[in-house]
Amino acid sequence: MKRFRFNQQEIVFAVFAVLFLAFSIFLRGFLTPENMLTLLQNVAVLGILGLAMALVVIGRGIDISLIAALAVPPGLVLQMVQNGHSLPASLLTAVLLTIAFGLVNGWLIAYAEVPSLFATLATGLLLAGLGQAALFQLDVVQWSDGMQGFERLGQGTILGVPTSIVMFAIACVVVAFLLRQTRWGAYIYAIGDNPYAARVTGIPSRPIIVLQYVVAAQIGCFAGLVMAASVNSMPTRVFNSTLIYDVILVVVLGGIGLSGGRGGVLNVIIGTLLIGTMLNGMTIMDISYAGQNLVKGVVLLLAVITDSFLNPRNEETAQQGDI
Amino acid sequence: MRDTLTSLRYRYWPDHLLGEILSKRWTETAIPVILLLIVGFALSRSIDHFLSPASLADTARQAGEIGFIGLGMALVVIVGGIDLSVGSIFALTDFCALYLLDVLNWPVPAVVVATLACGALLGAVNGVLIGYLRLRAFITTLITLIIYRSAFDLLIQRYSNSIAAAFPDIPSWNFIGGGDVFGIPSVALVYIAIAIFGHIFMTRLRPGWHITAIGGSRRSAYNSGIPVRRTIALCYVASGVLTSIAALFFAARLGTVGGDIGVGLEVIVLTATVLGGITLGGGKGSVAKSLVGVLIVLLITNGLTTLNARGGINRMALAGILLLAAMVDIRWQKNRTRIISKVYVAPTYHALPPPPATEIGQGGPFEQNDKLRDVELIGLGRIEAPEDVILDRNNNLYAGSRHGDIMRFFAPDYQRMEVFAHIGGQPLGMAFDRQDNLYVCIGGMGLYRITPDGTVEKATDETNRSMHSVNDDSRLRLADDLDITDDGLIFFSEATVRYEMDEWPIDGLEARGNGRIICYDTKTGATHTALRGLKFPNGICVASDGQSILFAETFGCSIKRLWFAGPKKGQVEVVMDNLPGYPDNINLASDGNYWLALVGMRSPSLDLAWKMPGFRRRMAKRVPVDEWLFPNINTGCVVKFNEQGKILESFWDLRGENHPMITSMREHRGYLYLGGIMNNRIGRYKLDNADPNYVQYDKRWGKAS
Repeated sequence: MKRFRFNQQEIVFAVFAVLFLAFSIFLRGFLTPENMLTLLQNVAVLGILGLAMALVVIGRGIDISLIAALAVPPGLVLQMVQNGHSLPASLLTAVLLTIAFGLVNGWLIAYAEVPSLFATLATGLLLAGLGQAALFQLDVVQWSDGMQGFERLGQGTILGVPTSIVMFAIACVVVAFLLRQTRWGAYIYAIGDNPYAARVTGIPSRPIIVLQYVVAAQIGCFAGLVMAASVNSMPTRVFNSTLIYDVILVVVLGGIGLSGGRGGVLNVIIGTLLIGTMLNGMTIMDISYAGQNLVKGVVLLLAVITDSFLNPRNEETAQQGDI
Repeated sequence: MRDTLTSLRYRYWPDHLLGEILSKRWTETAIPVILLLIVGFALSRSIDHFLSPASLADTARQAGEIGFIGLGMALVVIVGGIDLSVGSIFALTDFCALYLLDVLNWPVPAVVVATLACGALLGAVNGVLIGYLRLRAFITTLITLIIYRSAFDLLIQRYSNSIAAAFPDIPSWNFIGGGDVFGIPSVALVYIAIAIFGHIFMTRLRPGWHITAIGGSRRSAYNSGIPVRRTIALCYVASGVLTSIAALFFAARLGTVGGDIGVGLEVIVLTATVLGGITLGGGKGSVAKSLVGVLIVLLITNGLTTLNARGGINRMALAGILLLAAMVDIRWQKNRTRIISKVYVAPTYHALPPPPATEIGQGGPFEQNDKLRDVELIGLGRIEAPEDVILDRNNNLYAGSRHGDIMRFFAPDYQRMEVFAHIGGQPLGMAFDRQDNLYVCIGGMGLYRITPDGTVEKATDETNRSMHSVNDDSRLRLADDLDITDDGLIFFSEATVRYEMDEWPIDGLEARGNGRIICYDTKTGATHTALRGLKFPNGICVASDGQSILFAETFGCSIKRLWFAGPKKGQVEVVMDNLPGYPDNINLASDGNYWLALVGMRSPSLDLAWKMPGFRRRMAKRVPVDEWLFPNINTGCVVKFNEQGKILESFWDLRGENHPMITSMREHRGYLYLGGIMNNRIGRYKLDNADPNYVQYDKRWGKAS
């Protein structure tokens, strides 16, 4: 068993390396500076979202509503600035909205005990519906003059490195610090490993779970800001896309077991690189959007099957309603 | 005055019904039904023509289509999973039907069969992954949702034009899409047929029970030999097939393949399922719940569309309802038993006059003595809970044990012991019939017969269902004691219809007439309820006239007489009341009188509490069970009485060393044998002035040939 477990990251990394090498050799236009930039920029947002998802998955949950957190609060920032509010006020509103959203998620999961998959599926719809019905005038919220300077969050370079990559790196460091250096990071691992044992030990599991979803939503919002800054608009329809599956793919492929308690930031980075390469390669090969989804789905399926063999569900601590 | 009011209030107000109704499974369906009525009423008031036939028929068509998917979703949720891929399966099978019909020009029956097969195949992928490979249902069906959707997108890119160009005009196809019989749309008819079958399947057939069992506890289901993996896999196949049926009707109705067919369908169906009250996580649900849920969701979404709500609002409403329903469902499931146990105990008013004196020096027939102090002990530490003891014609002694056995002690010294028969439930009262068959009342199981060679047979475990009870009282919960008449009628008492064997003291707390006397006819095998509304009926003994039985009401503290034949047939008469203790078994004495065991003595505190139902209800709600005020069964006695209701003699164990509590006694050849449900021994007491040749069943049935 042990032999398999510590190998998974390395297998994924090896697959990434092989894929990268193959694409570089056989795919024209793959190993060009511009394409690398695109790849990394696309990957950055995905990676940040992956970090948020990883945080929740390690605590034995899942957050389907991340895309709503990515789309709606940053969209709100753009919309408010467009309507003449100041940037800081708009940002503050968005952050408050995100916190409220995370609290709702966390409360539903920790206190009302709704399964996380289910709760976040519904709250995601709720937030997206709210945005659609009440907040935005158009599906794509445009950049306006009040946002001047903010695009530096997603564009340009810092010390020669594209800013979005730097943002991803910053997020990685923050999450790694939270998970490895703080007490509640350790609590998250404990809760993910065995929620009942964690609770019996005296860990305040409910507040920690709430915190987990608040932080995840906050990271999602940050990813959305980076994304909006890099494309100079917020396409709120992104909620309808299959982006969330990519995020799950990143986490599961990277080797963070869905049964919780395992994995870390490194897994997210590896997963992100693999997915980024794969998606980029397929785009260059001119595979249609549906075809890409098909391939992604199959890969995800294989990943989940492998995951279920490598990290079998613990029947003793798996809940009855744990679907 | 106040007591009278209290007594009237508790006699006529059915407190006990609330708990019984709440503990019924159908109350969980009642809540969504009420919600449906409210939604329907509100919408019919705010929208014109909402209830017109045309509008209803249109709703019925949509409800039918979503209803099929709802049934499939209900099935997989009951088995403990979830199926998010239904929307994509719907789209793919819709495409499949139209492609076969419009592009390949297959005949309609072949299209139908092929579409169903396609649905089964798509469902089977889910089934194999979740059932056999044991993947998580949510994530797996989420992935198949993407895969199927991408496949659908790829297919319609190629074929949507040729499908859109075709206008098939086939009568049978049109009938599927738009036909009706007596105004009922075809889809609704098929739905009704499948729903009825589904209901029978889930409630009456073995596979349906397997599905519920797996959802309730997968591990237990596996341990009891249910083919868990196969059953789960087949549920997903069934979900796929049902979805493809819906897609067939949809294809026949609209005949188009738009890119957004079935997008978000899973959320609608899931909302419907949860809203109908089908528990996420499995084990609970029904066809009716699925239908109610679908109707509610459809009415709401259609209503919002008609009211011109924006897309976002529709989405929010659906998600909000989904969350609310899931929350209520989860909280209710979690707290259900606690809420019911709080309201289930419904004490009633029960007044008794002060009991006759039992103290030494006060005189009277109940005056305490120490006669039972030096009884011989049989089977000390080797038997547990001999509620009743009985001796056969060969002087062997039989007693029940807590382990579900009838033990036999061999004459003459009763040292050797064997398991005479294993039944599995707690044996209570016993009696021999003319052929030396031993009839035993088994708590929680019913009336059983043990032949002389030790074969166990069920005599009866049900009686007629009474019309006015909420609880199903056809099953026997606590058969207690019995006696057999000369004509082969067995009268046995059922102590309570509201509590199980292990909760019997709570019935004493209620002090309501929850018990009954049931008659089983050994000749015809028929069972009927002879008398109901008794306060914990217990001991039963045929009286000397052969036309009546004496029975004890434990918490009524009385002995009554019921005539089952002769001129007074059907009448009930009080023989003794206001006993100082709680009467248990009654048996014949050699001198023609009767032995009666008092299992415990009354206490002033409980007597007072019995007059204060409100106090006992508050106690049951607020205090943990082990601190409730229960009837005392620590100290009792044996008394002898005659048919006129006069106490002749009493036997006590004053120090409470050997037999402080006694539930039964039998006289045999000059000895009295004592049993007690809390005891680990059987007592044997030498009677003075008793017939040394008295054998109960020789006297009742005549000497053995």
